[in-house]
Amino acid sequence: MKKEQFDVLVVGGGPAGIAAAVSAAECDCSVALLDENNAPGGQIWRGFEDGWHQPPKQKRASKVPEEWFVRLRRSAVNVVQNCCVFGSSQPGHLLADVDGEPIEYVGESIVLATGARERFLPFPGWTLPNVVGAGGLQALVQCGLPIAGKRVVVAGSGPLLLAVAAHLAAHRAKIAMILEQAPLSSLANFAAALASRPSKLAQGVGYRWQTRTVPYRTSAWPLRANGSDKIESLTYFYAGWQHTVDCDYLACGFHLVPNTELAALLGCELTTAGVHVDDLQRTTVASVYCAGETAGVGGLDLALVEGQIAGIAAAGLPDRSRPLMAAHRRERTFAARLASAFALRAELRSVADAETIVCRCEDVRRVQLDGHHSWRAAKLLTRCGMGACQGRICGAACEFLYGWKADSQRLPVQPVSIPSLMGRSSESPIRSAEIESMQFQSQEESK
Amino acid sequence: MSEAILLQINGKEVSVPEGSTVAAALLAVGIPTRNSISGEPRAPLCGMGICYECRVEIDGVPHRRSCMVACRAAMKVRTL
Repeated sequence: MKKEQFDVLVVGGGPAGIAAAVSAAECDCSVALLDENNAPGGQIWRGFEDGWHQPPKQKRASKVPEEWFVRLRRSAVNVVQNCCVFGSSQPGHLLADVDGEPIEYVGESIVLATGARERFLPFPGWTLPNVVGAGGLQALVQCGLPIAGKRVVVAGSGPLLLAVAAHLAAHRAKIAMILEQAPLSSLANFAAALASRPSKLAQGVGYRWQTRTVPYRTSAWPLRANGSDKIESLTYFYAGWQHTVDCDYLACGFHLVPNTELAALLGCELTTAGVHVDDLQRTTVASVYCAGETAGVGGLDLALVEGQIAGIAAAGLPDRSRPLMAAHRRERTFAARLASAFALRAELRSVADAETIVCRCEDVRRVQLDGHHSWRAAKLLTRCGMGACQGRICGAACEFLYGWKADSQRLPVQPVSIPSLMGRSSESPIRSAEIESMQFQSQEESK
Repeated sequence: MSEAILLQINGKEVSVPEGSTVAAALLAVGIPTRNSISGEPRAPLCGMGICYECRVEIDGVPHRRSCMVACRAAMKVRTL
């Protein structure tokens, strides 16, 4: 297998990863930024750099992303796109598939900045086409999905809902309403606490101004997506009653959960919030750092601060990160407020009925899961979490519904071709005896 | 406006704006990406490479996450 060596390997090309890579490179380290997408930026800065996306139409309120992309371009960071890191062979070694070619990256230090995904909670009809994530619909629109004139309900929880609604409205979607499960009292406390953070408050007020004609319902949540081939209407709970609203899309996500699979594979200790880190973003594994949403969901500003600290620390110059510590503490306080303001209400546990599919990959219904005592037992007996996404969607749902914690992580953390797993390029033939000797059982066959 | 790209989805020619991903193209024309193991039609959910609901065959390679693949001229997409 091809081998490439650097001082610092950064996994994930969102804001935290970019900040870590640039900061380490500015400390004269050789750096590889390993990113799964076609262009750097992650989810929040999707479409800022040339790649595959439509040029952004909205006037940018902030110069921050441009500044970081300029620093990235001027740096000596080796940016690797379409790079799927699927495992590790030994400490400091990461196994990746880059456009079908397996490459082993070797680094003195590793910074994990693998970001977060949306939390999806099951409710009847949530598997219908056109029921998508909130950030998911935003990403699809940024990637060419025409949304003008479409009726969209934005639902779930978290500050992302307002940002998504504002973005979709700017693309001339008809936002029917926004449903936030958190109570108004929590949001009011959160907004009051933001008084000390005028830039964040201004951003929220700005989004609300852009969606001022759209009803924003609090203590409101989806009960059932109705339709045959795709969603046609949403039945939701609000103010003590069920209501139904027609829509073409439901954009629904219940805040975010960190992508901790690779960190777990490397042996990093996890907490309920994400990967456990200290003030220098060190994980519990030597020479492995973690920054951004992966170390606990806290938004863009926290990700940038943590990325810089992790990059500087990974470069072996932790003293240089001292000026960032005040901002670090401030942003972590904000992250804690965020988590408590948008805490999930218990009523959401009873929205899925017995026949509701919880695991979409293996079509495991709630009634099949009720009564199991652990994630492992449920997996073994129902195949929940054993499909293509490897529990990335239903794992967070089961954690909320049943309190189950994920099992230990095994290689590969992403589905990958057998040649890449064996360290071969897809062109070189593999003898069947070699595959047999690996003692793999194909998932398709075991069905 | 960006230029249009012609690609084939299940043998039918479809025109999409340049820069679209295959997942956006499939959702725009309303073609499900796959049938679930109990036979439900599915379409993209997460839009960012996590859920694998959008996996399709692209130019003969199965199980590609269509939300991670940009449309190219004459690309052949087959839903599963």
